[in-house]
Amino acid sequence: MELLHNLALGLSVAVTLQNLMYCFFGVLLGTLIGVLPGIGPLPTVAMLLPVTYALPPVAALIMLAGIYYGAQYGGSTTAILVNLPGESSSVVTCIDGYQMARRGKAGKALSIVAIGSFIGGTFATVMIAGFAPPLAELALKFGPAEYFSLMVLGLIAAVVLASGSVLKAIGMILAGILLGMIGTDVNSGMMRFTFGIPELSDGVSFVVIAMGLFAFAEIIVNLEHAGSREIFTDRVSGLLIKWREFTEALPAILRGTALGSVLGILPGGGATLSAFAAYTVEKKIAKDASQFGKGDIRGVAAPESANNSGAQASFIPLLTLGIPSNALMALMVGAMTIHNIQPGPQVMTANPQLFWGLVASMWIGNLMLVILNLPMIGMWVKLLKVPYRLLYPAILVFCCIGVYSVNNNVFDVVTTVAFGLLGWIFVKLECEPAPLLLGFVLGPMMEENLRRALLLSRGEPTTFVTRPISATLLFLAVVLLVAVALPMVRSKRTEAFVEQPA
Amino acid sequence: MSLIRHPKDFWAGVLFIALGGGGCLVALAYPMGTAARMGPGYFPRAVGLLLAALGASLVLRALRIQGERLSFPTLKPLIIVLASVLLFGVALSTAGLVLSTVLLVLLASAASHEYRRVESLIAAIALATFVVVAFHYGLDLQIDTFPPALFG
Repeated sequence: MELLHNLALGLSVAVTLQNLMYCFFGVLLGTLIGVLPGIGPLPTVAMLLPVTYALPPVAALIMLAGIYYGAQYGGSTTAILVNLPGESSSVVTCIDGYQMARRGKAGKALSIVAIGSFIGGTFATVMIAGFAPPLAELALKFGPAEYFSLMVLGLIAAVVLASGSVLKAIGMILAGILLGMIGTDVNSGMMRFTFGIPELSDGVSFVVIAMGLFAFAEIIVNLEHAGSREIFTDRVSGLLIKWREFTEALPAILRGTALGSVLGILPGGGATLSAFAAYTVEKKIAKDASQFGKGDIRGVAAPESANNSGAQASFIPLLTLGIPSNALMALMVGAMTIHNIQPGPQVMTANPQLFWGLVASMWIGNLMLVILNLPMIGMWVKLLKVPYRLLYPAILVFCCIGVYSVNNNVFDVVTTVAFGLLGWIFVKLECEPAPLLLGFVLGPMMEENLRRALLLSRGEPTTFVTRPISATLLFLAVVLLVAVALPMVRSKRTEAFVEQPA
Repeated sequence: MSLIRHPKDFWAGVLFIALGGGGCLVALAYPMGTAARMGPGYFPRAVGLLLAALGASLVLRALRIQGERLSFPTLKPLIIVLASVLLFGVALSTAGLVLSTVLLVLLASAASHEYRRVESLIAAIALATFVVVAFHYGLDLQIDTFPPALFG
């Protein structure tokens, strides 16, 4: 009953004209950048962070969240029509989605994506509403030792679930933690790693790092590879799917939704991992798997339901524990701190309108996405025809102004150039930048909690293993690490990520 | 170069050693404190050491395991894109938003292998107009639209 009461409160917040407008703007922008390959939700959210400063906190978070799950939706359109992942989470959708389009079933593929995403999004919304309160209650019992162990687990999980080399990913996390220490030490007031530069006394801005490592580096690498893309279908017709096709796809949608909801909660999880796992599972359990890769509707339905539910479920650890589980959630931490909201279990009790308003807006946003995507598909197809040579200068302009406006500071723009260079080096060395960003955000929190935990235990490091919750979390982290180190699992893992380009 | 079998891992390791070792060295100047009462130098030293050690193991492994070579098809986009952003940053406070945006778009466009001069000029003017309307009038951003020395 309390759940219904809370959801009603959330709906009453989410359906105000202003919030509906920002929700719509968020999902529209999300779809737009999702459709366009070469720009993802991460730089977009980073770019809009300073803009949200002027908005009320609820409206800001509703809009930013809309960009994230809207992008999952838009990415599939590009995957189906152009055989290019508009977003990394749509990589697997390319396989069967494009084949469906080649057989003249592009409309059906787009429809099943819309239905699947809506079901996935709805389920994830209900799950956040149901799971968040008990989790937040548990989190209130956490002391500094538990928080430290939880962050260790989160970072390890991010490494294990990410693609590529484990050693390099751990290195990137440590490098991120080190970068996070630039600025004034909160305990002693001492300047660390500022090298006498006054602009660094507040640390490097999150937006600067995200823009440099993600947006700039990606543009540079895209430009290195010559060649232009071609669109497969000019006109998309036949959106209606038959009842038989729907019943064929429904079990896949439900499995994808469930998988996405679970994997989305995990630290390091989120949309991309969920989509990948869902496709693999579908292929494994199918009685007749011969059609996979040739345009099987299940190969589109499962991953697209999973990436939507995964994207939304990844808000759970952020809103209940205050711990971002992926790089985008790390940006949401930034968005919340801009508005003086400390992410964590107290959000729900201190700001119930904010929490439930955000949850309810996700469901409304999903509804808007169905409307945006199906009848307006022709517009998105046109957008795909804009050549990259016109697109990237525009992206650069918005990034530059976005970076400048965080602190109205030219120094930040110049620093971004340095991070752009670093990001390009990382791409060349095949070092994933996402763990670095996660380390950057979690680093200061980790140091703070480590200090407090050891202060309480009078310098006794055993405090992390004698407290039961902390010990369990650390044990899980060790299990995960051992699992990756085992050769059998390692070979499976490479296999799982072999189709995924960096 | 036959000694380095895995160039990508090798150079990643070198980068980590430089970052971690450098961070650790700089942190030597900060008070260490004790485990119970950590000074500002405690955590950075620990993280820096860990990173350097990890880098070293990457370097050693790269001497044994075979890996792909580094590829640099062209350096043109890297230099032009970063230079155009730098130009924007330097020009912004003296030349104002409109001129800086035009400069950024004109220079950045040249990084593409499909560069078309007239088209990029049109794009620059269109973007500059949009930026002024959206950011100056729409969002009330605090940047001078035109060179402040001339129009201040």
